[in-house]
Amino acid sequence: MLGPGVAWYAALAGFLFGTGALGVLIRRNVLIVLLSLEIMLNGANLALIAFSRHAGNGAGQIFALAVMAVAASEVCVGLGLVVALHRRRLAIDVDRLSELRG
Amino acid sequence: MSTLVAASAANVLVWIVWVVAGFSCLASGVAVVSFSNPFYSALALIGNLGSLAILYLLLSAEFVAAAQVLVYAGAVMVMFLFVIAYVGPRMEAPWAGGPSWQTLGAVGAAGALLVEIVVVISLKAGDSLGTSAAVGASFGTPAWIGRIFVTDHLASFEITSIVLLVAAVGGVILGSHTRRRASETVAPNVVEQREPVGGAR
Repeated sequence: MLGPGVAWYAALAGFLFGTGALGVLIRRNVLIVLLSLEIMLNGANLALIAFSRHAGNGAGQIFALAVMAVAASEVCVGLGLVVALHRRRLAIDVDRLSELRG
Repeated sequence: MSTLVAASAANVLVWIVWVVAGFSCLASGVAVVSFSNPFYSALALIGNLGSLAILYLLLSAEFVAAAQVLVYAGAVMVMFLFVIAYVGPRMEAPWAGGPSWQTLGAVGAAGALLVEIVVVISLKAGDSLGTSAAVGASFGTPAWIGRIFVTDHLASFEITSIVLLVAAVGGVILGSHTRRRASETVAPNVVEQREPVGGAR
């Protein structure tokens, strides 16, 4: 494999996951929490694909594609919730959305 | 000798591309977390996804890189930008007023998670990370991915389709439920006044 070894990719994936986790924990806007969640999923995807190439096995790439489909589903449902909140004139703020009844 | 020189030149080139793509990946990730306008955060996430697609190409995962650009940077981000434009830009000052205990706890938790990941990978993997397996030219091509998708991993393929179907149905239900409620109510103004109006523009 040309270029950096798999450990460099794993370190980069760990940093991406940490950045996304920081965004999920700190930010209060639902939209930015969803965007940070995408960064976390992409960090996991990078690790999966790096180890797939390292082992010469295609299962990691299949797993990454499944994660991509799950991320698309999560965005579909999450943005549907955001639009429903906006229609009911509720705040898009995770600290103020502490009750299920709204 | 000339093939050796060519191989090392290719190695240096791949290293340069990796450093540029990895740096832009991390920088745009930090930008997503730190921008106060969600519109700019979504645009930074598109840069993050593009540089990740370059890293996937370096790992000879051509099909996943193409799917990343098409599905993520195309479909998902268009939906994000549409919803952000629909809801309207809601500014939030994440770093105003100094660090709160919540921010400090979040930084500590994310740092602990990062240290845990690095320690687990370095301890468990040991020296087995040194040499990668040699793969053929067909590794990661769409034909190869498609063949193993419908032979070895058929169950995950079908389960993924069910997950996507359920998510689509859920999105439709979430979108149509509120619309029906609004049209069924006799006096929608009364309903709107009863709701908290903190997030309204």
